[in-house]
Amino acid sequence: MLDADFFRRWLTATAASVEREAERLTALDSPIGDADHGSNLRRGFAAVTAVLEKEAPDTPGAVLVLAGRQLISTVGGASGPLYGTLLRRTGKALGEAAEVSEARFAEALRAGVDAVMTLGGAAPGDKTMIDSLVPAVDALTESFVAARAAAEEGALATVPLQARKGRASYLGERSIGHQDPGATSAALLIAALATAAEASEAADA
Amino acid sequence: MPDGKPVGIVLVSHSAAVAASVAELAKGLAGAGAAVPVAPAGGTEDGGLGTSAELISAAAASVDRGAGVAVLTDLGSAVLTVKALLAEGDELPPDTRLVDAPFVEGAVAAVVTASTGADLAAVAAAASEAYLYRKE
Repeated sequence: MLDADFFRRWLTATAASVEREAERLTALDSPIGDADHGSNLRRGFAAVTAVLEKEAPDTPGAVLVLAGRQLISTVGGASGPLYGTLLRRTGKALGEAAEVSEARFAEALRAGVDAVMTLGGAAPGDKTMIDSLVPAVDALTESFVAARAAAEEGALATVPLQARKGRASYLGERSIGHQDPGATSAALLIAALATAAEASEAADA
Repeated sequence: MPDGKPVGIVLVSHSAAVAASVAELAKGLAGAGAAVPVAPAGGTEDGGLGTSAELISAAAASVDRGAGVAVLTDLGSAVLTVKALLAEGDELPPDTRLVDAPFVEGAVAAVVTASTGADLAAVAAAASEAYLYRKE
């Protein structure tokens, strides 16, 4: 079962990997975006870590809703409302339970990904974060580790795609040959799930 | 204003200068004495290019006179942030609406229409109709 601590560890681990990878995210965002993805997400997830520490919400749903709201108000780019909606909708789908099963979380995350697709209008194959989130959610029914692999594969698979959403879509065919920064950061978010789960197992051992 | 309550207008742009200038332009073209509350919400809180949920919420609260608030945006994160705030439920005044309209032409149409005392639906319709104005 996954409790509020697990979800706090997930977001703290995401903040750490975004911090570590911020320069790479911004570098990926330079040829096809406006070179702010790394710095925007770093600011957003640092604020998430801070607010979770301060308010210490005690259910999985409350952790995710608070984190989502914080991302919307601090990121300053399109990834704020997109990741914010992902976490908030996932959190709302988890309700007020003190602990949730992995299967219930997988269902909730799917609802979150659906909400992101509705908000941004992107579908799989448009060269966006959806290209790593959809395969990750599909693999999440198996395990966190499988979801991590699926998300990373999904991010790499955006390289030959032509962007159909966001600023990169204005570049048309020139967006081909670059890995999508949003799909890359989404893979970091999913990878952090496996990190948080490993930390739980180590604590239980 | 028939009942003295004008619709409020919020203009959201990635650039503080663009939002402020379009607000000034729309108010100027609406004519003297038009008591329409218009607030720009441009750029990030630290003055950079981007979108700030805090600035949008504050702008919407500042123009809310009880007759609804029409929000016009430029593109990308400005649109997504307003949609995400509307989905939140309690971040914007009741009867706040994201209007599907071209930013500059729509802002002028919205402010002029609001200055006649029109309601939120009429203000939103006028702003959206600005898409029909062809230039060639």
